[in-house]
Amino acid sequence: MSIEKASPYNVEEVREDFPVLDRTVDGEKLVYLDNAATSQKPQSVIDAVSEFYEQHNANVHRGLHTLSQEASEAYETAHDRVAEFLGADGRENVVFTSNTTEGVNTVAFGWGIRHVEEGDNIVLTQMEHHSSLVPWQQVAKRNDAELRFLEVEQGLVKDGEVEEKIDEDTAAVSVVHMSNVFGTFTPVDDIIERAHEHGARVLVDGAQSAPHAPVDVSEMDADFFVTSGHKMCGPTGSGVLYGKKEALHETSPYQYGGEMIKLVEYDDATWTDLPWKFEAGTPNIAQAVGLTAAVDYLEALGMENVHEQERTVTRYALELLEDDDEVTLYGPPADHDERGGVVSFNVSDAHAHDTSQLLSDEGIATRSGHHCAQPLMRDMGVPATTRASFYLYNTYEEAEALADGIETVKEVFA
Amino acid sequence: MSRDMYRQRILDHYRDPQNYGEIDDADVTYEDVNPSCGDEIQMYAVVDEDDEIVDVKFDGQGCAISQASASLLTEKVKGMTLDEVRDLETDDIKEMLGIELSPVRVKCAVLGLKVLEGGIVEYEKEKQT
Repeated sequence: MSIEKASPYNVEEVREDFPVLDRTVDGEKLVYLDNAATSQKPQSVIDAVSEFYEQHNANVHRGLHTLSQEASEAYETAHDRVAEFLGADGRENVVFTSNTTEGVNTVAFGWGIRHVEEGDNIVLTQMEHHSSLVPWQQVAKRNDAELRFLEVEQGLVKDGEVEEKIDEDTAAVSVVHMSNVFGTFTPVDDIIERAHEHGARVLVDGAQSAPHAPVDVSEMDADFFVTSGHKMCGPTGSGVLYGKKEALHETSPYQYGGEMIKLVEYDDATWTDLPWKFEAGTPNIAQAVGLTAAVDYLEALGMENVHEQERTVTRYALELLEDDDEVTLYGPPADHDERGGVVSFNVSDAHAHDTSQLLSDEGIATRSGHHCAQPLMRDMGVPATTRASFYLYNTYEEAEALADGIETVKEVFA
Repeated sequence: MSRDMYRQRILDHYRDPQNYGEIDDADVTYEDVNPSCGDEIQMYAVVDEDDEIVDVKFDGQGCAISQASASLLTEKVKGMTLDEVRDLETDDIKEMLGIELSPVRVKCAVLGLKVLEGGIVEYEKEKQT
């Protein structure tokens, strides 16, 4: 093995921050490798949510009583913290959503429907998650636009695709930043530069990137960027839509109602300021408070360090598996630079579900299926893969446990 | 332990399914997928004048449980009437498989039956018109 089992921080100490990592599953130690679906939560996040409900719970924005002021302060400050974390200018650029899907839908239906015209094209990659594919399909259908796909090979956008597909008729580009199937990064800098040369706006789906690697949306120059708090130590129900101010000004609200208005008459209304005009109704307040704690936690570790830890453990896992004839790995080689903490694989002639089921017997949590990328799977010629996805608390020993678990699958399906 | 699920009989039917393939001009033809996991099954059946299944085949792809269950089901329903097939329930499938299944895997196990029953409904609808 060429990997030195080093870590940029004390992983054992970090693991102690996550209560669930201590539990057993059918007598086996839990090995949680389903982080691309959702991450576990540190005690500080759990405590922040509990403390909010125990001490400060109230609705936000208009209450004059103390609790409401405390809740409003915490909720609004959460936007500032997330803005800092993502490299955004300020809270005006950060809209809280329930999840990444809601962020994509806000852009597709609030911006796309209004700005993509008949004969325009919308450029995606072949490895979009259904959540960033299906909304744009609807926009294309309604507005008679063409959908184009940057072709990928082993999770990497093929050379020349960006130049070929993005042209003067491109109105919108929506690309996944890190693939949830391969763990590969897309060349967003090249894509954004090319799109901007042709006056197109770009949405980057950062559901898998922001939790795992340093992200600076301003430097990236994305017009919109969406991500999920629950994949980065935060509570479920905490999603983020970043937008450049001018891009958000071009966007209509996707939901209408309370909290997002300025003046309401019987037959008309006007919208309040950014970002609140996109947050109709009572928002996920406790989740936002939890997300602040998550961002604090991640920044204390350092996103560079998080990325480094995941990359080396994943590389170790790939190296343990890559010479095994009975294991098929998807994606670029172990040492590829543009690769994060995802290992997609199949074992001999076992179906991915059976693999996951047998791994679960060993306490190993993985996910099997099409990973919300059905067209991609069809192109790959496989009905499903098993996916092991790593996070900041996963260890080299857990990569070994995965390799051992795969031996069991091989025995059963021998 | 779910390892008990993967008894030899299940693995044999997964690797070497019975009645696998298509029937041209089948009376009953239907397909469905399990969207959460992507298991796919197509069922084909030939029915005689007494509504008895005289031939049945399936094809598709998916996990060992879904494919083995469909294979075993084709053996079970040959010679049954359509009404008898429609009376089959999840418990009958569990009994047929003879293994413990978690709720998620029950969906895999009953996919074949669901497809066959869906096909029977279509067939009877068409017969009435």
